[in-house]
Amino acid sequence: MPRSMALHVNGQTAQISVDDPNMPLLYALRNDLGLHGPRFGCGLGQCGACTVHIDGNAVRSCITPLSSVGNRDVVTLEGLGTPEKPHPMQQAFIDEQAVQCGYCINGMIMEAAAFLAKTRNPSEEQIREALASNLCRCGTHLRILRAVKRAAAAQT
Amino acid sequence: MRDIATTRREFLRGTAALVVSFSIDRHQTVRAQAESPSKSVSTEQVDGFIGIDRKGEVTLYAGKVDLGTGVRTALAQIAAEELDVPFAAVTVIQGDTALTPDQGVTSGSFSIQNGGSQIRLAAATARQALVSMAAKKLKVELGDLSVADGEVTSKATHRSVSYGALIGGKNFSLKIDVAVAVKDPGQFKIVGRSIPRVDIPGKVTGEFTYMQDFRLPGMLHGRVVRPPAMGATLQSVDEDSVKDIPRLIKVVRIGNFVGVVAETEWSAIQASRRLKVNWSSWDGLPDQSALWEHVRGTKIVKEDVTSDVGQVTAALPRGATRLRATYDFAIHTHGSIGPSCSVVEFKDGALTCWSASQGTHALRKQLAAMLSMSEDQVRCIYIDGSGCYGRNGHEDAAGDAALLSRAVGRPVRVQWMREDEHGWDPKGPPTLIDLDAALDAQGSLIAWSSAFFLPQGAATPVALVAATLANLPREMNIGPGGILNDTAIPYAVPNMRTVARRLETTPLRPAWIRAPGRMQNTFANESFLDELSAAAGADPLEFRLRHLKDARGTELLERLASIAAWERAPAKPRDRNARIASGRGLAFVKYEVVRTYVGVVADVEIDRVTGEIRVKRFFVVQDCGQIINPDGVKNQIEGNIVQTVSRTLMEQVTFNRSRVTSLDWGSYRIIGFPEVPDVVIDLIDRPHEKPWGSGEPSASVVPAAISNAIFAATGVRLRSVPFTPDKVKRAMVRT
Repeated sequence: MPRSMALHVNGQTAQISVDDPNMPLLYALRNDLGLHGPRFGCGLGQCGACTVHIDGNAVRSCITPLSSVGNRDVVTLEGLGTPEKPHPMQQAFIDEQAVQCGYCINGMIMEAAAFLAKTRNPSEEQIREALASNLCRCGTHLRILRAVKRAAAAQT
Repeated sequence: MRDIATTRREFLRGTAALVVSFSIDRHQTVRAQAESPSKSVSTEQVDGFIGIDRKGEVTLYAGKVDLGTGVRTALAQIAAEELDVPFAAVTVIQGDTALTPDQGVTSGSFSIQNGGSQIRLAAATARQALVSMAAKKLKVELGDLSVADGEVTSKATHRSVSYGALIGGKNFSLKIDVAVAVKDPGQFKIVGRSIPRVDIPGKVTGEFTYMQDFRLPGMLHGRVVRPPAMGATLQSVDEDSVKDIPRLIKVVRIGNFVGVVAETEWSAIQASRRLKVNWSSWDGLPDQSALWEHVRGTKIVKEDVTSDVGQVTAALPRGATRLRATYDFAIHTHGSIGPSCSVVEFKDGALTCWSASQGTHALRKQLAAMLSMSEDQVRCIYIDGSGCYGRNGHEDAAGDAALLSRAVGRPVRVQWMREDEHGWDPKGPPTLIDLDAALDAQGSLIAWSSAFFLPQGAATPVALVAATLANLPREMNIGPGGILNDTAIPYAVPNMRTVARRLETTPLRPAWIRAPGRMQNTFANESFLDELSAAAGADPLEFRLRHLKDARGTELLERLASIAAWERAPAKPRDRNARIASGRGLAFVKYEVVRTYVGVVADVEIDRVTGEIRVKRFFVVQDCGQIINPDGVKNQIEGNIVQTVSRTLMEQVTFNRSRVTSLDWGSYRIIGFPEVPDVVIDLIDRPHEKPWGSGEPSASVVPAAISNAIFAATGVRLRSVPFTPDKVKRAMVRT
């Protein structure tokens, strides 16, 4: 039987109807709420394309059951900023042109934003480690590193 | 978020006679406007490529598509430059079979070189026509007119008229003049500049609509259930096994094609996992541990001689030194981060397919053939997907969606799961290369003979998985891509013969992956050349310069020596006793022996104990002629280097006798941030030369440069990609 659940996403509360409370959060965000930021990449928690913030932590939404989200606050790429008012991390990615196809970029920005919120003045090595489990196939890594460094510098 | 449903309603309101362009957002396909019913898609007509509305806004209809490479921006730069309109006035519609000319598949680094050149001529022809119209309208001589920002102005009268007023909303009805005067590169204001990519703000904020984001009203979700053994035959399907899945619409079975369709994506996934299907056994794949024996033993259907100079058979034994070596290169997968996806709708006997295919025009033919429809009943519309780097699974997902949509009579979206993409996308075929060469007593190359074991076929459409499983009409030949390229070498050797032995089959369905053939062939050529250089006691750079009779190539190598601070000395292992050995290697390509030049130097470290290789840095010099967008070119080069370091060090598809077994990112590992090398790039811009491709060439030199660096560090020659720690350790023991 479908049941109604409340999700707190990007500062708003949405009611959704779900058949299976074990459905991963990703499908609710994409299909019920129409968000494009988090993406399906592997469904295994291996690539990071689906990354969102839950209470400020970077989380893989493709392996996060809806039932585990509860009242916690979910923020997606859309919740960080818009083309008109981008988040500093998004602006840094624009400034460094740190995109090829961009399919992984949601995960890069969400992971890096959560990391920088907790780590001031990171070294390049720390940034590389923080992003070590986020995969990019186009080979945009060097630009992504420059963007994260730029955002880190803007923060201090 | 854009309301796709709104634009969709406008789409549906359009009268049947009108072709409607399909709106997503500002920088993808802008307007849900009715195009002229006679919208030309001819590559010979200005109207095929260029439309100008009453406000002077320009629409560029490009058959080449942006696969994440930035060509949307670069092609708009070319059009804006030749038309003399502001860059921001140009919007690009890509890869829509109803609206855009068929410029061929977006592959082979031809989007700028060929696609851009067609667009340049179309835009220049349009500009010339607009100036003529203005002369009549303003009643002045042609020579009195100048154009800026889409306004034609008379110097004598100071009166002006806009493009919008001259042509707005009307057709040019004009053939492209292939001899039209194009702009002098010295006057360029838009081409040659690093204009920021128009798609990036939307991509970093979630506003951009990827193929995977696209939705239609009433759309259902489909998933396919693949046989556990690739050639297995379907025996039975137990539909009761999924009767408890909510919102399941249908289990579809056509021959060996099995799919499920549900109202929600999660239900489709659950059903595809739980559906009980019985298959026959099948073990038609070769034993992977004997792959190279299998390749060598495969029936040869023909030989292609790609160069033949002098008398190589006679010359080989006459040298002072003779070297022979065999190289091999593993099977690779495209590894798109987003699995392939498509949406198909059948309506009133016509099919519309949204796809991230590199070749929507070719896909249209394939879908029409599979479904026994006429091509004019099929429309394919490109939407950007995850990067594909060649022919990945995008077309196959479209075939799946077409079969499922036809079966349920509603629009169906299919996105492949990770195991579908890793398991079923077509693969870069295994490549085996034998080389044999001779040096004279002075260390000059006098004979070069090579034999490449390559599957037969060319860059022809790759049969759709759905058509194969369902046994519907399809291509019966294999299409591995233009893998003969770069079997010949750019060096002057008096006796030279390069031959491709074309194999009847290859273990897994082949297709092209970035720099197809060129990468494998260049790996063998440039590594073997390094072996010869070492045998001659020569510096690898000097050895190449000695044999290269090509001014642009020579200039490029000299610049490479300069930026990399190359020490001209014969390669000899340093740090012979240190655990961590370091070395640098050089490789060079003149792509396909006719275009883009790339030279690279790789700085590499190797751990003699673990066999682990760390690529520290790549220096790259590239000459691709006229550069449209320097930052776009650098982005491509960085991507090529990083992706190919990954392919060289760690990637190989694994399989058992029945199926692919590397089905996720754990079993098919790719490079991560900690392992990514620095890349230092020097571009040689030649604004007055033709623009050549940049999407692939710099990838082709990476494996050889790493192999050569490892030799310089250790004296060990790696001839088998990937250079895994196990192989490195075995090679160390042999030395």
